[in-house]
Amino acid sequence: MPEETKEFWRWSEKVWRDESIDWRGSRAITAGIDVGSVSSQAVILADGRLYAYHSTRTGSNSPDSARKALNGAMAGADMSQEDIRYVVGTGYGRVNVPFANRAITEIACHARGANYMVGPSVKTILDMGGQDCKVIRCDEKGKVQNFIMNDKCAAGTGRGMEVIADALGVPIEDIGRRSFEIDEEPPPVSNVCTVFAKSEATGLLKAGWSVNRVLASYCAAMAERVSSLIERMSVEPDFFITGGIAKNEGVVRRIERIIGIEAVRLPADTVLDPQIAGALGAALFAHALLKKEQKASAQA
Amino acid sequence: MIANYGYQDGSGEYYITIDTDRCIECEGRWCVGACPQSLFVIEADDYDDEVATIAEGARKKLKEKCAACKPAGGHESLPCIDACRPGAISHSW
Amino acid sequence: MIVAGIDIGSKNIQVVVLEDGTVAARVSVASGFEQEESARKGIEEAAAAAGVTPADIEYIVATGVGRKAVAFTQHQVTEVAADAKGAFALNPAARTVIDVGADEARAIRIDATGKVIDFAVNEKCAAGAGAFVEAMSRALEVSLRRFGEISLESTESIPMNAQCTVFAESEVVSLIHSNTAQKDIAKAVHDAMAGRVSAMARRAGLENEVVIGGGVAHNVGFVRALKDTLGVGDLHVLPEPEYTGAFGAALIAAQKVAEGVPALNPQA
Ligand code: SF4
Ligand code: SF4
Repeated sequence: MPEETKEFWRWSEKVWRDESIDWRGSRAITAGIDVGSVSSQAVILADGRLYAYHSTRTGSNSPDSARKALNGAMAGADMSQEDIRYVVGTGYGRVNVPFANRAITEIACHARGANYMVGPSVKTILDMGGQDCKVIRCDEKGKVQNFIMNDKCAAGTGRGMEVIADALGVPIEDIGRRSFEIDEEPPPVSNVCTVFAKSEATGLLKAGWSVNRVLASYCAAMAERVSSLIERMSVEPDFFITGGIAKNEGVVRRIERIIGIEAVRLPADTVLDPQIAGALGAALFAHALLKKEQKASAQA
Repeated sequence: MIANYGYQDGSGEYYITIDTDRCIECEGRWCVGACPQSLFVIEADDYDDEVATIAEGARKKLKEKCAACKPAGGHESLPCIDACRPGAISHSW
Repeated sequence: MIVAGIDIGSKNIQVVVLEDGTVAARVSVASGFEQEESARKGIEEAAAAAGVTPADIEYIVATGVGRKAVAFTQHQVTEVAADAKGAFALNPAARTVIDVGADEARAIRIDATGKVIDFAVNEKCAAGAGAFVEAMSRALEVSLRRFGEISLESTESIPMNAQCTVFAESEVVSLIHSNTAQKDIAKAVHDAMAGRVSAMARRAGLENEVVIGGGVAHNVGFVRALKDTLGVGDLHVLPEPEYTGAFGAALIAAQKVAEGVPALNPQA
């Protein structure tokens, strides 16, 4: 099982390596690095097979965070950056991965990563991150067909949830569970804007609502918001959720209720973490691009 | 690919949708010159096709950027949509 | 004839009492959680300030987002109608009226008779209203008043990336960490918001004279930034800008009474 240092739901530090693989025996070592706004991940593939990954918190400097993530994934494997033949950078800080051979958008990388994790049946991907939310439709090869994102507004993102959690004094990892400890589902918070929703939430408390009921009401509002984005694309199963909020059942189950489709859950014993979908997709792109280069130079 | 650029915030949804499959064969790239705010740029996408995208810096400001083309009293047509002969562009608002 | 206009916002309630066409009292109270109660309190205080009792007020017109939440008023009008009425009375040369409050902003174009031609509103995103500047001044730990003033001292133009109040707070914090001068941050914040308000105003249409009302019109930094962004000759700040809507509502009340609409004050 991957080693996990539980720091905070958004950026749990995580390292995993497949000890059964001797990377020295492989011809193509490639890496994908996803520098997100709150956490950064690096994935290393050996001949296209998942070899190692590391997830870490993004610091104030993107190139440093990219390096930190990659070093974490290489740590203990006696591997150095020269051993990696092709690196693809993705995520919000993708242009800031100085040692990357190429930058690819997180949309394309997420689709490809999810396709690897779930298989060709995955058609709709929802990624709910700390500062954005995106919905991607892809084909059975993981190629993007349709996408929509929102990275302007805090409503519907992890940050928006955090603002409400802070205002209510509830640790963010308790929200999902507590939002179901209610007698009956309350109506969703009516304000979309996080700033106004926060005042509304404190107003509801003053009006005598329990904290759990307010949480339920906010989770429902967030689920509605995200669902409206999903429904713009028309969902087709399999439906897969990645990103920090994937761990918040309070939102996930309410989304499933609204769109009427259950999200695919990875088997309990998996070594995969939905958090690494972007970096994994980037590493797969790196592998394909390297093969293309090798083929081109072999022909030359 | 159907690419939706823009956002939803408390005040509404502001997306410009580009059907980039139509851009692949497009000869004119008419959108680039048509938009008074220079929102459209031609770029290689992740699958190496040269397609139209919305300029990175404008994606979170579409409501403001397009305001001049969309007076509150309503509008009949938009320069970008009129210019794009393959009909690749639509607006959500 | 004594009438009143009440502007019930989500944060504050403004009341204007008119006695025979002239302002007898202006009062502002917090909306609080019980809007109806706060609104009653506002009327009582305003009546006291005007030297009358609530029962002496013949007719009350309500406006603002909470106008329907209050039962004791005789008539309700939209914020757009109230603003247009108030601004035109205060400045008959006004053709474009911009009103920026804590929670919402709107722009209205009126003709030479004060009639509304077009309008645009932003009421649901805090980034387009006074709440944005308030949140940033808090992040900088500077009073709102000072925040506006210091921005006038800056000549820098730092673009802000974040278009959302929540994300902009983090951006301001990182600007502080990178030792950006307070005055430059203050200007960047006011410029960013002015950009959004000016886009809204353009949708309604800009025509001289352009006037501004609403509580945020007290913010000198914002007024300058908006004037620069609009590129109009001048931007006239209405007197007692936060009372524009309540004043307009009071004028409408006076009109109703003059037209002989039965004035039944349920408080009497
Ligand atoms: S609606 Fe609120 S949360 Fe969304 S962008 Fe506007 S200020 Fe931010
Ligand atoms: S004119 Fe239309 S089809 Fe051609 S590049 Fe622009 S958006 Fe694409």
